[in-house]
Amino acid sequence: MLSYTLKRLAIAIPTLLILIVVSFVLMHAAPGGPFTSERELPPEVLANLNAKYGLDQPLWRQIVTYVWGIVTQFDFGPSFVYKDRTVNEIIAQGFPVTLTYGILSFVVAVVVGVTLGVVAAIRQNTVADYFAVGVSIGAQVLPNFVMAPILVLVFTLWLGWLPGGGWQGGQWQYVIMPVIALSTSFMASIARITRSSMLETLTMNHIRTARAKGLPERRVILRHALKPAMLPVISYLGPAFVGMITGSVVVDVYFSTGGIGKAFVDSALNRDYAVMMGVTILMGALTILFNLVVDILYGWIDPKIRY
Amino acid sequence: MVVNQQKMRALSDRLAEDADSPGRSLWADARRRFLANRAAMTGLAMLVLVTLFALFGGTLAQWSNEELDYTVMGMVAEEGGPRLDNGHYFGTDELGRDLYARTVQGTQVSLLVGVVGALVAVSVGTLYGAVAGYAGGRVDNAMMRAVDVLMSIPYMFVLILILVMYGRSMTALFVGLGLISWLEMSRIVRGQTLSLKNREFIEAARATGVPAATIIRRHILPNLAGVIAVYATLLVPLMILTESFISFLGLGVQEPLTSLGALISEGAGTIAYGTIWQLGFPLLFFVLTLFGFFFVGDGLRDALDPKDR
Repeated sequence: MLSYTLKRLAIAIPTLLILIVVSFVLMHAAPGGPFTSERELPPEVLANLNAKYGLDQPLWRQIVTYVWGIVTQFDFGPSFVYKDRTVNEIIAQGFPVTLTYGILSFVVAVVVGVTLGVVAAIRQNTVADYFAVGVSIGAQVLPNFVMAPILVLVFTLWLGWLPGGGWQGGQWQYVIMPVIALSTSFMASIARITRSSMLETLTMNHIRTARAKGLPERRVILRHALKPAMLPVISYLGPAFVGMITGSVVVDVYFSTGGIGKAFVDSALNRDYAVMMGVTILMGALTILFNLVVDILYGWIDPKIRY
Repeated sequence: MVVNQQKMRALSDRLAEDADSPGRSLWADARRRFLANRAAMTGLAMLVLVTLFALFGGTLAQWSNEELDYTVMGMVAEEGGPRLDNGHYFGTDELGRDLYARTVQGTQVSLLVGVVGALVAVSVGTLYGAVAGYAGGRVDNAMMRAVDVLMSIPYMFVLILILVMYGRSMTALFVGLGLISWLEMSRIVRGQTLSLKNREFIEAARATGVPAATIIRRHILPNLAGVIAVYATLLVPLMILTESFISFLGLGVQEPLTSLGALISEGAGTIAYGTIWQLGFPLLFFVLTLFGFFFVGDGLRDALDPKDR
């Protein structure tokens, strides 16, 4: 178990380094620097700016400085556009918001999705099953950027129940729509995966044994069928996490929740490379960390996995 | 083992009798299964509809996609709705441009991005996977480890990074989309190649001295055609989704070009003014396209790979 974890860790760290180096090289290979604008800057000013941000150093030295700053002090450097702000400040401002509704969405997607899938599987070919299958097919074409305007249309403009945007320190009225918009398509995928894997599990021998020895159906499902049926769901959690992190950008832009995604899009439009890289690397680190947890969880649940 | 002579004879007689009845090829079988699949046929009908709309819808438009209709400008919420008498079948956008013409253009761009992006992804993924699978051993290990590493990167951020830094052109979009989407494909192709490469006909080819590149091209790839067709079909809607996502954020194709995602974004931004058609019509075509590709892809998978059910 320990060596398995270590092996996974040994892949995770180089992955992160590759991500940092690749985005850094991409940034420097791009035509035009971060200070290219419509108004041509005098060369002396440009040289000063480059010197201030360390862009006059050789590439390898810049990379080393950058990586060193992140590893030792968790410092992503200054923003290229906002003269008085560092990337850390920009991230620190939005990250708690993203984290709040992100975690909520994730929990909602998993809990609702698994419940829906299990119910559909044990009531196969009933109304409940058709409902669950219908929802999961429909939600395939309802990604977050489609859900968001539809939700606002229905709940803000027609019914007037919920505010159409804002965050207000995370009061529940402001959290509901971002969470629904972000979780729906993943909830549907999880429901679909759970259903098919539960159906398969229910035909296994150990379930027949459990039933034969007279266990109540509830116990058969919850104690004996659920755990093996969760394996495909767990391996989907990694991609779902990436999808949600990505989708949070849409939520931040559309609902003005003020999360980190808004900072990313703004920096993309401003060509503020430092902020873009900071966010990309942070999100990459989160993803890699999460995949690590999923791998370990998988190894713990599935006894067949080789350490 | 004792062979039951009588049974054998009966069998051989029957075979001889049936010899002139036409055999069913793999592809004919698959076609029959596909045609019998109602969801897949519905999907195909949707795709035909959307494609016809994208190709010939423009000939019905009474306005170009760039003209501004000054009679509705400023009063889009009251006057700009879908109407037949002024030629705006789908209404206008908030600038007074004809939404019908814009939707035709957006559908064209989205389909193009989807198909070309999928082609790039499939070509790169197939080549990579086939080489890794055929080479095997240490090369395979290293190549697949690299795929593992790349897979755990949140690619959307990297794609946006690329788009912003290299200009938001269509070419950058095609290449970027294709380059981040070949990973899944390469895994599938590698797995199939691994199971193919120890078959007798590959061994025979190798024994007669056929070079590796020719074996991959002439013997491995044709046998993968079914799998490739299935995943290519399922990749197209994913490409369209990704492009729409980026366009929704305003980071995709640039005006005057538009895509379904960009139109949905515009519509989503103006629903507060009650111009719901600006969201509805692009969304309709978006949903039709995605459903169409998903259903056809699923149908193809069921038809070509009957054991995977």
